[in-house]
Amino acid sequence: MTETPSKTKTGLISPTRRGALKTLAAGTAAAATMPLWARYTSAQSAAPIKIGFGKHATGIGAAYGRWYERTSVAALAKINAEGGINGRPVELVTEDDGTDPRRAAEVLEKFANQSDCDVAFGTLFSHVVVGAAPRAGELKLPYFVVSEGHHVASGMLNRWTLQPGITDVKSQISAMAPFLTGTLGKKVTMIYPDYAFGYDHRDNLAPAIEAAGGEVVAKIAIPPTETSFTKYFPQIPRDTDVIYHVMIGPAVLTFVKEMGEFFGPSRPEIFGFIDSLEATDLTSPGLEFLEGTYFWEGNPRYLQADAPDYVKAYRDAVGLDENGASVSDPSDVSTSAHMFGCWETLHIIKAGMEAAGYQSTADRQKLVEAVEAMSMMEAGPAHPQGTKMFNGKTHQVFGPQYISKVEGGKLSVVKTVPYEETIYPDEVDYTSMSF
Amino acid sequence: MTRKDLTLHLGLVALLFALHFILPAYHHGIFARVMVLAVYAIGYNIAFGYTGLLSLGHAMFFAAGMYGMGLVSYHFGVPALPAWVIGVACAAALAFVVGLLALRTQDVSFMIVTLMFAQAAYLIILYFSEVTRGDDGFVIPGALRAIGPFDLSDEGTRYIVAWILFSVALLFSLWLVRHPFGRVLVALRENEERARLLGYDTGRRKLASLVISGTISGAAGAAYAGLFGYVGGSFAGVQYSIFALLWVLLGGAGTVLGPFVGALFMFYLIDLATEVTEAYMLIAGVVLVLLTLFAPQGIVGEIRRRLWKDLP
Repeated sequence: MTETPSKTKTGLISPTRRGALKTLAAGTAAAATMPLWARYTSAQSAAPIKIGFGKHATGIGAAYGRWYERTSVAALAKINAEGGINGRPVELVTEDDGTDPRRAAEVLEKFANQSDCDVAFGTLFSHVVVGAAPRAGELKLPYFVVSEGHHVASGMLNRWTLQPGITDVKSQISAMAPFLTGTLGKKVTMIYPDYAFGYDHRDNLAPAIEAAGGEVVAKIAIPPTETSFTKYFPQIPRDTDVIYHVMIGPAVLTFVKEMGEFFGPSRPEIFGFIDSLEATDLTSPGLEFLEGTYFWEGNPRYLQADAPDYVKAYRDAVGLDENGASVSDPSDVSTSAHMFGCWETLHIIKAGMEAAGYQSTADRQKLVEAVEAMSMMEAGPAHPQGTKMFNGKTHQVFGPQYISKVEGGKLSVVKTVPYEETIYPDEVDYTSMSF
Repeated sequence: MTRKDLTLHLGLVALLFALHFILPAYHHGIFARVMVLAVYAIGYNIAFGYTGLLSLGHAMFFAAGMYGMGLVSYHFGVPALPAWVIGVACAAALAFVVGLLALRTQDVSFMIVTLMFAQAAYLIILYFSEVTRGDDGFVIPGALRAIGPFDLSDEGTRYIVAWILFSVALLFSLWLVRHPFGRVLVALRENEERARLLGYDTGRRKLASLVISGTISGAAGAAYAGLFGYVGGSFAGVQYSIFALLWVLLGGAGTVLGPFVGALFMFYLIDLATEVTEAYMLIAGVVLVLLTLFAPQGIVGEIRRRLWKDLP
């Protein structure tokens, strides 16, 4: 595996392939590589399949980008060790998109027109996806996003943009409502950032809570530039049973600390989205108040006692310790709730290419059609997060959602909502659109 | 305007047209984008480079054009060309209103006031997210991205439209700075008090300069929306105001070619640096520091200082 900072290439074939083959023919010093090369010889072309990875290496998404890359590198190492895709090795071509929509569109152009990538993959932040997706459509470049935004399933994008490896925020929120009203309390107060990410929650939670027999009694929007929150807490109605919070960014530590100071020992139930604390150590000073509160998790951060072997294998491959941090640096906490999507998406690209008999970039349309034809994705080594159902019409996958409780400074899963309970009616049929 | 001036600038226009047939796909797309962004920088240069109005809020004019164009397309299905005109009109109107208020201040105060106006514009985009789609932005429907039979999402059409817009902006800029009105703007930059003593209505001329500047910036924003199909709040953020300043400073403030050279240089500096290291911003930073030390007037400004004294 060769890794350079700006161009990461993950493949078992190095640039000296030809030389290595000659060496093999001469029968010298080739024993160690022979089995791997032998696997690739059945392919019509031994050229690597190139996957363009738009990495949030700089900008607000940098913590996610780092872990998305680690997960992707690990997934491709596994795929290559198992023989690659259609007998061809796979390599990652990484470009920093700066978490910026304009740069992300330029990066897609680079993948399609300069690096000769077969597909583009990996974008997380919604505005970056929305900004880049039109270019993917124009370039006719399959664009596999790992964003959890509702933009794909909403019908805003195009036939070339798919989200088969991570669930979207609309299904996540609606899946939480029955637990909130059934277990924690009927009267919910929302505290959310006053911009797009917060609006997804504002707009989707209230109907879901009402459908589950509860009521959102207050919606408290906090400007994204706010650094102190004490003036907002008196707005929380006294009869609130549950506080639902989705604050993100560096201010979240202050938010939690001040909430603890405001309520003291007599607090209502508290439920949050782990997005608030992705890549943040739960034992950080100031977060003690979260003990006993609940979180949505896209995928459990802490190794659970009943974790199956394929989950352990996934975590080992990515380099996660039991606390969901890097094995080489316990203070480097992962973005566990999202990054599994990279692992799963890369396995879906492999399955799609194999189903389509993918040979070259001329087969890109066949690849999209093959992925659209997918449906059930059983939990296992390729899908460690759980069993999912892909909707080819909306280009969106539906999967399990996890609810965890903070106990002893760690998150323990207390409920798993199966994918069947997260599905909502289709809002688009991309398969009826032209390519 | 001398024959030499015209030959140089028309030469660039002709070169860019020729590149349409020569450039490989990736660079072809990049040049189309850089030409649109250079129009934004040309607009900025009229205010900053020629009139001495150091604005830190020009992203609001770019975004006014972008959103003016994009919102009428997205919500009302207005086709690209009339939508572009609406976008330009929005930017002109905003520049007029902001100019009336902000030009009551000068120097550092003007910089801060424009920054505040731009921040307010950015937050308005976020606040009215039901209309603007906030931070995420929105995609302009493909069917509306056409001028008559010409599909703006087609690579060739996009390049030619960007080239036409850039050529018009560049030649207008050249004409303006050689026109007596442009000479007065330079006089304002050099010594506003003396210009006033000579009898010029400096307030009105600064307002006119800002409106022209904002309108051109808005024309670029509206074109960007039409040509690249995306409208988003990030284009209204403070970094896009700083980009315009950076491109103009790098290329050469107060030179007609500077904005294009600066935008192109900055793009390829970043793009090539990413090939070398993930810490590409460090390379970019070092190069910018070196340029500031050894070519403080920017690339074209330095050429003017050393080689071509009359370069506009």
